[in-house]
Amino acid sequence: MKAEDILNFSIRASTGYKFRTILILIAMAIGVASVVVLTSLGEGARQYVTSQFSSLGTNLLIVLPGRSETTGGPPPLLGETPRDLTLDDAIALKRSSAIRLISPISVGSAPVSWKQLEREVIILGSTPEIYEVRHLSMSLGRFLPSSDPRREEALCVLGNKVKKELFANQSPLGEWVRIGDRRFRVTGVLAKKGQSLGFDMSDVVIIPVASAQSLFNTASLFRVLVQASSREAIPRAREAILKTIRERHDGEDDITIITQDAILSTFDRILNALTLTVAGIAAISLTVAGILIMNVMLIAVSQRTTEIGLIKALGATRRQIMHLFLAESIILSITGAFLGLIIAFTGVLLLTRIFPNFPILIPSWAVATAVGVSLLTGLVFGVFPARRAAKLDPVQALSRR
Amino acid sequence: MIRLDSIERVFQVGNENVYALNNVSLKISQGEYITIMGPSGSGKSTLLNIIGLLDRPNKGFYILDDVNTTDLSDEQQALVRRHKIGFVFQFFHLVPRLTASENIELPLILAGMKPEKRKDRIKLALEDFRLADRAKHRPDQLSGGQRQRVAIARATIMEPQVVLADEPTGNLDRASGKEVIEILEKLNKKGIILILVTHDPDLGNRAVRKISMVDGKILDDTLALESSKYRLSDK
Repeated sequence: MKAEDILNFSIRASTGYKFRTILILIAMAIGVASVVVLTSLGEGARQYVTSQFSSLGTNLLIVLPGRSETTGGPPPLLGETPRDLTLDDAIALKRSSAIRLISPISVGSAPVSWKQLEREVIILGSTPEIYEVRHLSMSLGRFLPSSDPRREEALCVLGNKVKKELFANQSPLGEWVRIGDRRFRVTGVLAKKGQSLGFDMSDVVIIPVASAQSLFNTASLFRVLVQASSREAIPRAREAILKTIRERHDGEDDITIITQDAILSTFDRILNALTLTVAGIAAISLTVAGILIMNVMLIAVSQRTTEIGLIKALGATRRQIMHLFLAESIILSITGAFLGLIIAFTGVLLLTRIFPNFPILIPSWAVATAVGVSLLTGLVFGVFPARRAAKLDPVQALSRR
Repeated sequence: MIRLDSIERVFQVGNENVYALNNVSLKISQGEYITIMGPSGSGKSTLLNIIGLLDRPNKGFYILDDVNTTDLSDEQQALVRRHKIGFVFQFFHLVPRLTASENIELPLILAGMKPEKRKDRIKLALEDFRLADRAKHRPDQLSGGQRQRVAIARATIMEPQVVLADEPTGNLDRASGKEVIEILEKLNKKGIILILVTHDPDLGNRAVRKISMVDGKILDDTLALESSKYRLSDK
């Protein structure tokens, strides 16, 4: 028997019993569509988080004062407080070859005013390097000029939102704004950039770090952003930071270093697990579809008992009958899978229209798995009915009208 | 051509063994026309099924064309059925979703014949059985006589040596029944062995060789009479 004849016969058989065929197709389509849509959502969540983290900057290490780990040994006799992370510490880090850029950050909140308008805004004290480390971009003017970070300068860069609220449509370049009890000249305005990790870069004012320290009257830094010279250099940079700070802090490891990769890979693991869980749940619906296929194929076998008896009498071998029924269930599941993919793609398209900010992408592996699994269920759950058909006794099958 | 040697077919009904065929021996040569008659449950259909290789005897041998079919596997038997045996049933057993010509095509498809070759053969068969104008009709659009003609066309498309007909007119009116029988007899004249199971004595008496069965045994075989008294032209 030729393959195309088997195919043709099975297609004719499927279209001959419309209701049952439609039932199977619906079940299969729902199964496949749910697998694809749910994995796309999971994958979208993963990409969303990943992109959020990479908007922080590349090859980034974040140095925080204080230690988050404890080591053994007797408790200190005298209370021990972590030493401040100072600007000099940050500048000292620059000596390592593994470190390309450093950007010390000091944070505080102060009223910012221009003419009659005043707002309470987060003030970031930093150096020009932050521009590169955090991938900032300007919409107006220039960023802080590079100079000795220890030098105070009365210059500031406004976040997009701050500029809008204080200056509306006027150009703030060269204007003097009051921050706390000091006056700063505006050199530029940041370009609009989305939120990154809940920190709104459009609602800040950036001033030189030394100015911020004297404004808030503190010698301590909030943190130091460090950009390693390459991805491979991240571990070396980490070692270098620890060693430098230890030397400067009398042998104490009193800082915490967070690498972007560590955060990313943790989230990646969590979200991968989430995606797989969701896919697993969806796979159950595929299995249910498979069982439905088996059920309906069994009904088909008993419906078509005489037909099976007849083609046996016409000289069909068991193997041929097996092939006919298997082909039928596989055709049904593939068609169902195809319909499911159409549903999934339109569904995802709709979702991206409704939530344009959330990246939903159908991962190709999900499509491949869904189709593969549906084919497999068609095959696995088709075998039992097909074998039953092949084993039918032709005499009994034909004795029925 | 066909030789049955002490065939036994036993069915188990509850605790009892029922002999559908009890020690049946039979020899049929090429081109014979045989009717098998007998009351219900006499084993006529079982005999036909065994000759058609749809059923296996519990005991005895069945030799078809010098091949002991009782030794063959299921797959080999299917091949013998495909090439040497044609069935005609009381209820036609056409596949309802297929057209007349597609029903006739089935054995050719099973045999894996090429589509172009199939077309030619089907065209010939449709003409032979006066079904050319009915080729695209489905069984439910055909009359009983036409359905049975389709079934016969299907049974003979592989040019078998034996045609087995189980009550082929049982579901037809007299006129179309007569037509169907005449078609079958015409096939027989071309050299095909025709074995007809029937209740109808009129039909039964048309054959040269009449076998009557009771309780799984052959009660009477006119061949025995013929050998002693040659009266072929008696009818």
